[in-house]
Amino acid sequence: MLWLGVAYLAALAALLITSLWTQDDFTGEIQRQWTLDNFRDLFTIDVYRTITVRTLEIAALVTVIDAVLAFPVALYMAKVASPRAQRLLVIAVLMPLWASYLVKAYAWRGMLSEGGLLDWVLGPFGLQSPGYGLLALTMTLAYLWLPFMILPVYAGLQRLPDSLLEASADLGARSWTTVLRVVLPQAFPALVAGSIFTFSLTMGDFIAVRIVGGTSQLLGNVVYDNIGAANNLPFAAAVATVPIAVMLVYLAAVRRTGALDNL
Amino acid sequence: MTMSRGLRVFLLGFTVLVLVLVYIPLALVVVNSFNVDRTFTWPPPDLTLKWWDAALHSTAARSALWTSVEVALAATAVSMVLGTLAGLALRQTRFFGRNVVSLVIILPIALPGIVTGIALSNAFTTILGVGLSLFTVVVAHATFCIVTVFNNVQARLQRLGGSLEQASMDLGAGPFTTFRLVTFPMLRSALLAGALLSFGLSFDEIVVTTFTISATDQTLPIWIFQNLFRPNQGPVVNVVAAVLVLLSAIPIYLAQRLSGSTAEGLTGAR
Repeated sequence: MLWLGVAYLAALAALLITSLWTQDDFTGEIQRQWTLDNFRDLFTIDVYRTITVRTLEIAALVTVIDAVLAFPVALYMAKVASPRAQRLLVIAVLMPLWASYLVKAYAWRGMLSEGGLLDWVLGPFGLQSPGYGLLALTMTLAYLWLPFMILPVYAGLQRLPDSLLEASADLGARSWTTVLRVVLPQAFPALVAGSIFTFSLTMGDFIAVRIVGGTSQLLGNVVYDNIGAANNLPFAAAVATVPIAVMLVYLAAVRRTGALDNL
Repeated sequence: MTMSRGLRVFLLGFTVLVLVLVYIPLALVVVNSFNVDRTFTWPPPDLTLKWWDAALHSTAARSALWTSVEVALAATAVSMVLGTLAGLALRQTRFFGRNVVSLVIILPIALPGIVTGIALSNAFTTILGVGLSLFTVVVAHATFCIVTVFNNVQARLQRLGGSLEQASMDLGAGPFTTFRLVTFPMLRSALLAGALLSFGLSFDEIVVTTFTISATDQTLPIWIFQNLFRPNQGPVVNVVAAVLVLLSAIPIYLAQRLSGSTAEGLTGAR
């Protein structure tokens, strides 16, 4: 019954083992020799360090952008909107989630293209579309993962009793103060739960990167290229351990906040 | 409500702004599918139905669509069974390592898709020696679809508690009768929401699919991705994309009809 869970763990373990093997340069066959070469390459070759740092930076940036955008929306949905408006808003937020991921990334390719919508909108202000690159990538990823942030925060805020807000008002706090000092701290675990998604999804992404990222690469691309073009599975496996390690550390760190119950 | 007017107006304005920003790109895809210009200049020089016609006659796109539907149906079926069983097992038995097991089930959605993808691809090809095919895609999709079914089942079970089942047992029903007549009806709407979500996830999934599909098979997302960068196929891809945007209204409508509480069923979305 829990066979699949076990199988999944076994597959992960096998991946780690594979990352310790090496590959024959001529035949491309995997040789089952124990070596740390893949990890040595990963840590000593500058390109990979740059890409790792860049991936983490973008993941963090996307998470922050999404948190800033999601909190007011979720707060409006949970505490201000009427029940009917609330239902409609939930649908409005969910609907883009059902639209294919690929389609949304593709939509941004159209938005950002030369002579596309962004050029047209920004043109009168003397600006132009940022074109395909890291900025475009950050915008697209933030767009893609926004619902994953809004929904947990909305669910978290809904559980927040109104009496807490009233108590804060009775004690003389103005609404902005209440939001910042009462609501925000209470919503923090939910924000962290959302950040698990935004962070993890950004770290594994290579498709949006290909579509709007121009020539820049993230970790996902390195893994993908090493499996596809270079056919170097052991090295790809070694690279993939980076997101695993980061996510495990992150999960362990946020366990205390109770974020995992908000997933 | 205790919030000041200023704050409420700010929140409303902010929400509207974000939603508008969310929908502009989707609307753009739909409009662009009528755009005469191949490179999607804005505003469109003229509108045409030419690309819709071309897409309708694209056999590759159509067969990819059916492949996707088949894979999604199979993955959903597998994850429904296993997800429900896991949900029931984790509720009724308190065994050693119970928390560990729930963590393991969460892992496939907490780790990036690419990790799941290459871990499974590696397990299939180098460890188990199974060739990549649509079967491996179904297994791969099922691993993360299980999570959504499991989450829904568990949330429902937690909310309802076990007293109804105990009553059923007290009245002399055996475990299977109780499941058929009491537990299953309680779970039904949660299961349907889970199934809907699984189908959507699988239908849409590309990252894990890329690593577990054979070179000859194509699901719809794979087809889109492969044709995305070919200038000739651009408009046809755009029509397919527009269709997918419009189709995404269906599951939302269904979910509303089914449960009434979309928030519960669908927040486990990935």
